[in-house]
Amino acid sequence: MDVMPKWAEVVLVPLISLLLAAILSGLVILAIGEDPIAALKLMIDGALGSTYGWGYTLYYATNFMFTGLAVSVAFHARLFNIGGEGQAMLGGLGVALACLFIPWPHWSLGLLGAIVLAGAFGAVWAAVPAYLQAKRGSHIVITTIMFNFIAAAVLNYMLVNVLRPKGAMDPATARFPEAVHLPSLHDILAPIGISFSKAAPANVSLLVAIIACVLVWLLIWRTKLGYEIRAYGHSESAAKYAGISPVKITMIAMIISGALAGMMAINNVMGEAERLVLNATEGAGFIGIAVALMGRSHPLGVFIAAILFGFLYQGGAELALWTSIPRELIVVIQALVILFTGALDNMVRMPLERIFLALRKEGN
Amino acid sequence: MTIDTTAPAIELKGISKAFGPVQANKDISIRVMPGTIHGIIGENGAGKSTLMSILYGFYKADKGDIFIGGQKTEIPDSQAAIASGIGMVFQHFKLVENFTVLENIILGAEDGRLLKPSLAKARKSLLELAAEYELNVDPDALIGEIGVGMQQRVEILKALYRQADILILDEPTGVLTPSEADQLFRILGRLREEGKTIILITHKLREIMEATDTVSVMRRGEMTATVKTADTSPEELAELMVGRKVLLHVDKNSPTLGDVVLDVQNLRVVDEQGVERLKSISLNVRAGEILGIAGVAGNGQSELLEVLGGYADGTGSVTLNNEAIDLTGKYSNGKTRRARGIAHVPEDRQREGLIMDYSAWENTAFGYHDDPAYQSGIFINNTAIRQDTEEKMARFDVRPPNPHLSAKNFSGGNQQKIVLAREIERNPDLLLIGQPTRGVDIGAIEFIHQQIVALRDQGKAILLVSVELEEILSLSDRVAVMFDGRIMGERAVGETNEKELGLMMAGVET
Repeated sequence: MDVMPKWAEVVLVPLISLLLAAILSGLVILAIGEDPIAALKLMIDGALGSTYGWGYTLYYATNFMFTGLAVSVAFHARLFNIGGEGQAMLGGLGVALACLFIPWPHWSLGLLGAIVLAGAFGAVWAAVPAYLQAKRGSHIVITTIMFNFIAAAVLNYMLVNVLRPKGAMDPATARFPEAVHLPSLHDILAPIGISFSKAAPANVSLLVAIIACVLVWLLIWRTKLGYEIRAYGHSESAAKYAGISPVKITMIAMIISGALAGMMAINNVMGEAERLVLNATEGAGFIGIAVALMGRSHPLGVFIAAILFGFLYQGGAELALWTSIPRELIVVIQALVILFTGALDNMVRMPLERIFLALRKEGN
Repeated sequence: MTIDTTAPAIELKGISKAFGPVQANKDISIRVMPGTIHGIIGENGAGKSTLMSILYGFYKADKGDIFIGGQKTEIPDSQAAIASGIGMVFQHFKLVENFTVLENIILGAEDGRLLKPSLAKARKSLLELAAEYELNVDPDALIGEIGVGMQQRVEILKALYRQADILILDEPTGVLTPSEADQLFRILGRLREEGKTIILITHKLREIMEATDTVSVMRRGEMTATVKTADTSPEELAELMVGRKVLLHVDKNSPTLGDVVLDVQNLRVVDEQGVERLKSISLNVRAGEILGIAGVAGNGQSELLEVLGGYADGTGSVTLNNEAIDLTGKYSNGKTRRARGIAHVPEDRQREGLIMDYSAWENTAFGYHDDPAYQSGIFINNTAIRQDTEEKMARFDVRPPNPHLSAKNFSGGNQQKIVLAREIERNPDLLLIGQPTRGVDIGAIEFIHQQIVALRDQGKAILLVSVELEEILSLSDRVAVMFDGRIMGERAVGETNEKELGLMMAGVET
């Protein structure tokens, strides 16, 4: 029998972990001589206090949804895709090529085309380590990490030597044509009478990310392929017995994972920057790992965790802007959240399980 | 240590131990007299291993006291157990394969920082022990190169070297041939004569009857009875273990044989290390027949099931109903085998037959999840699978009949019933079944055996692999014995006996 009721498992454990991370972060802030309560207020104000703040929070969250889903899908097959960063970079290349070289008549078609190309580029970038794992036994953690570096180098080369417009000084592509500029949340919400900040980068990609959450949920829990992916993840020996091919599942899970990571580029490259710049991903591929961990690889959990990390990103930026708390401290706070929700999960879980057991015994 | 012969060697008083909501041991009291062999028998999960782990210091009892030689003793860890003269021989040996016998014996009991004096001392006492208890082993042989029977002797010697007066043996015959088991019981008898006390944990009634002086029966964490072995019978013990009368023998009619369903010719399997696991095996199974494959674990039976089940590659020729089956390549996998009418209840249901974290209904679809009845459009039809599962659970009396419960939350017997229901209800032409009752409670064994026989009576072919010779003899119509990747011989069940089969299992040509 399960020791804890499901709600405690999915809600209470992460919540307590989060609280512990917050308390410890508060102590750190206190230690450098700042007021933690004021800092928290500033973060909340900055990230959630205005539609401008929300616009940034949701923009970051969109990135993390894509990369979080990517890590989750692979993790259901017990594959650690650490390469979300590189796959998202390649996705950016796909988006740039789609936007620069195909004359789209309308942004919606452009978006579809960009999704396909971004997904394809990300998928290819994940497929190589997947193939090496499936056929040669090279550990996917190592190869995906290495592929992040290769991706960065490829992007560097492409931006400096191939895609940089003549005469431009910075390693970036030309701006995308007007036709493929994605509508921001301001543009989407204005017709229905909601005024949303015009300056914030959140855009229609958020909706794509939410649709992706739903599709991933359907894939994992409602389709035969998802059933096979989870079965393989739980027990490779049982999967073999059932006739599920480990090679096939490894390849497919990683291709889907890579495609999801690649699709992040429609948000940051197409939706925000509207051109491809160096280091466009800003570590979102790695945050995806934390998001998936915290979200227990469930799309709903990923959705919520992505918004939390979006809040931390945006709130942290505000903190750095308005106080003498250094930007590095934001990284510390994020690290604490990851540490408590991911790595120290059992520290909270064990005592909770004991409490629930004791409660149940009394109930009997 | 002086032993007061009138006091019990071990006395446990009111031992209780709970793991979360599970009460593994409930107020257990037991007295083991010195110089006796005391059997502890019970089904899986009855609490035998927990009780012994408490005695050996692996777990701390929630309540209760331990008396050794009449003195109250605390056993916080295995060091303390050893110091109190308790030695344990585990079911899975704790030996270092590439160390010699001698090195294994001193492992953890070295006298100083230098190895040489310890080894010399151990060699001397090993020779003494060998002479005293007729426990001959070559001190310089590598563990990996001696047989399991010998390895077990090393385990016993390890305990004796640490001056154990009380030996606990946990399911010691699981890996032994019948003749090796007999040898073990002779050694145990010899140890008893020398005044050692032996606790024998087993689920095999026959061993209890053969080897012990006293027997304690456990059921669901409680000690239900302690009786003199001479005053009891296997039937009575079985009833005490299960809590109701059980049929120890399978009732079956003589077989009505049909055509050859499975025909295997010159089947070879070479594993990844290049070791030949199956050495040109030929056999056949007819419709309406159970062919039992006897043998000590690890002699190629698993590989036979794997290659027939489609998840290991082999060479040779295998036909089902006179049509060839691919043994390698794209079309050799569990799915294609099932499509051809081969069902497979694997030897290890926890690693292969089930996904322990999947619910019962997800497991019921496992391997058959391509079935059109389980689909609706591009999605899996969960409702249809659940309904099917509920029906199967009812027909196979799976308890609790809750399709949403994870496989890991069912008992061994009920897990096996879930697998069996899935495979048998598909109406296969051939059923491959490995260790059908391993880790299954006696009550469920009866049911599982009946299902296997019923399938045979429907005219299906059944290939049964089991390391329990008794099970092979009571279920099969024909027996083939495997040794070292070969078939040593085949016998009709009526024309052979345990002794002959036991010799064949040990590799003796008969």
